[in-house]
Amino acid sequence: MGVSDTPTLDKHLSRQQETRTPVVAKNKDLLILTYGALVAQLCKDYEKEEDVNKYLDKMGYGIGTRLVEDFLARSSLRRCHSYSEVTHIIAEVAFKMYLGVTPSVTCKNSSRNEFSLILDKTPLSEFVEMLPAGRSSLCYCSLLCGIIRGALEMVHLAADVTFLQDKLKGDSVTEIGITFLKQPEEKKYRWKQ
Amino acid sequence: MADTVLFEFLHTEMVAELWAPDPDPGPGGQKTSLTVLESMGFRVGQTLGERLPQETLGFREELDVLRFLCKDLWVAVFHKQMDSLRTNHQGTYVLQDNSFRLLIPMASGLQYVEEAPKFLAFTCGLLCGTLHTLGFQSLVTAFVTALPACECWRWCLHAH
Repeated sequence: MGVSDTPTLDKHLSRQQETRTPVVAKNKDLLILTYGALVAQLCKDYEKEEDVNKYLDKMGYGIGTRLVEDFLARSSLRRCHSYSEVTHIIAEVAFKMYLGVTPSVTCKNSSRNEFSLILDKTPLSEFVEMLPAGRSSLCYCSLLCGIIRGALEMVHLAADVTFLQDKLKGDSVTEIGITFLKQPEEKKYRWKQ
Repeated sequence: MADTVLFEFLHTEMVAELWAPDPDPGPGGQKTSLTVLESMGFRVGQTLGERLPQETLGFREELDVLRFLCKDLWVAVFHKQMDSLRTNHQGTYVLQDNSFRLLIPMASGLQYVEEAPKFLAFTCGLLCGTLHTLGFQSLVTAFVTALPACECWRWCLHAH
């Protein structure tokens, strides 16, 4: 093709821009747009919203199991002593770090293992005006539930994580519910047998 | 920078899930999977292009477009400029990134070179999509000789 023989244009790369540099995108735009493209692709591949939700959750789980290492490396946290502490860290450190938002945390029961993260808007959906027609039970951000679940599992905390309310569906807030599951006693000793 | 990390994790998961090799991976099967990732990248690239300020959409010369891609777009998406740009002055350009961000976590050197195209498909599509919005039909392919140190992009640029 003869491309390698031609003079390089590297000097054009280092030349000062004469006009103002156009703002291409904020950092977060790429993440949000990519996620949107992923959801759109899965809606094409799967007829039922439940299948799309499950697939997003599964992908999120895979991400969460690896993201937790990145998170622990970036944040020097002391050991947590309660589910409440863990939930506050997810909201105030992790969400802030990766998504730039801080949900508020509420505890839903007296045994203090059920919590909710409350957000003004559904993360990753900044460019979504409404759910596609006929997809009203699509949980757009199922990925996030999977990420939280996967990350917690890697630190030996089993939890159910689901969307309880979703602004995209017309609810007043977006609410993610985290229910920490008590580990059965026998699991602790399985490895000894 | 942590939100770019989340994009990288998402991208890796997308490659793992949407490029699932079937039991008998033939050339046909492989092509289909790459196309899914490329078309997602195309969609993102188009939208990135549409969000540009109006004055940037009136690029007159191919070289302005290339300069934009090498500097502004690459910096916005991968936080660094392209390392070099070559052309045959006949519509084909080779852009080289010596440490492509999405390949860095994989390996260094010749190991996994055959796996690398999976990790380039989305970005090829993204470049195509942005070029499309700027008014240029293009064919973007990527080529890796050794991770992540050397990587070339070639395409033919024709105005609509």
